Amino acid sequence: MAKTISTKTLAKKVINHEKTLILDVRNTDEFDNWKIEGGKVEVINEPYFNLLDDVEPVSSRLEKDKEIIVVCAKGGSSEMVADLLEEAGFINAYSLEGGMKAWSEHLEPVKIGDLTDGGSLYQFVRLGKGCLSYFIESNGEAAIIDTARMTDVYENFAEKQGIQIKHLIDTHLHADHISGGLSLASKVDGKYHLPPKDATEVTFDYTPLEEGNDIIVGNTAVKVHPVYSPGHTIGSTSFIIDDTYLLTGDILFVKSIGRPDLAGLAEDWVGDLRNTLYNRYKELSDDLVVLPAHYSFAEELGEGGKVSARLGDLYSKNSGLQVEDEGVFRKMVTENLPPQPNAYQDIRQTNLGQITPEHEEQKEMEIGPNRCAVEG
Amino acid sequence: MEVKKVLDAKGLACPMPIVKTKKTMEELNSGEILEVHATDKGAKSDLTAWAKSGGHELLKDTEEDNVLKFWIKKG
Repeated sequence: MAKTISTKTLAKKVINHEKTLILDVRNTDEFDNWKIEGGKVEVINEPYFNLLDDVEPVSSRLEKDKEIIVVCAKGGSSEMVADLLEEAGFINAYSLEGGMKAWSEHLEPVKIGDLTDGGSLYQFVRLGKGCLSYFIESNGEAAIIDTARMTDVYENFAEKQGIQIKHLIDTHLHADHISGGLSLASKVDGKYHLPPKDATEVTFDYTPLEEGNDIIVGNTAVKVHPVYSPGHTIGSTSFIIDDTYLLTGDILFVKSIGRPDLAGLAEDWVGDLRNTLYNRYKELSDDLVVLPAHYSFAEELGEGGKVSARLGDLYSKNSGLQVEDEGVFRKMVTENLPPQPNAYQDIRQTNLGQITPEHEEQKEMEIGPNRCAVEG
Repeated sequence: MEVKKVLDAKGLACPMPIVKTKKTMEELNSGEILEVHATDKGAKSDLTAWAKSGGHELLKDTEEDNVLKFWIKKG
């Protein structure tokens, strides 16, 4: 039997920037579409069906006593290949339990910082998809922003610290992953907040997010201040937390900016996107720490797994914020866009409550990278 | 289309559909056709990629009632 490694252990290696060698045995199309990245991960691809008779196609690229983590779609083929490698003398071959499917679901909490009243802010990093959600905790209460589908992770996290989850907030209607906001709100008897302009077709009750209506966490000074910032969707809303952090949703990322086309209205929304990025955000303090809802590039994953940047620095470094000409900007965010996220239309419908896929189907819909960004 | 052999790989999870297909294919002569039935969703892209890398030709594939069927001509 092959030795295995859990997604949790692999996640720690990635966020701690430990040297990690991955042998991905899925077919090359699937590998090229989506793979494990970040930290000091080195990944090589050789489909498992080329290794059935002999591991020779990879043996010259591997070392006999070094750790090799074998990865496939669901964990079956990687187990077989890890066995074959072990028989061939590669004594430290491990199979990733559950494969890419399990990797897509793993959430890793990373502490961003303390808040003025003694509370704290955590970023939950979904390494497999590059999705980021936020857990704001203060005086025994919590608000979660852009909750992922795997709601038990947040529940366990809250329970361990004796915290009650009160507010579930989505910055916008997501198209790349299924929101856990509504289901967790009903489970913990909390409020589910959505931007009203993104929620015109929802089939459930929600609390509308409005600029000026701050959400108070833990009855203290921790303010979650909504800022209307359309562009990725017409309702997209950012949040200033504790006057220090700017949660930008899918409008502004560390190395790129949001794409306006996932609801089919790129031409209509490009002006809003421009206005948000080049005017509205510019009026805010340069010292705000930008915390986005996604990352797309392995190098955005910083020390300890944090994904963040100073707003003022992004105005000099982020390529999406350097486009002076409006026509050039329009072209950049509407033409030659990357492929859309897997099943994005079904995901939008699920998040609107219009369809309710089975649990297994929901997992399948979320396979693959997030693809919510455009690079300048 | 004259099918030489039918392989039932229904209910088997990855990697078994490919492992069995490969084994069965070894019993065929070049130019003969193997028909494979599978239910594992991943079988489609894997069989396509495997056939290509092994020099075989995927003649046709269908999906009906969650059963994937493939016709592969040995190279």
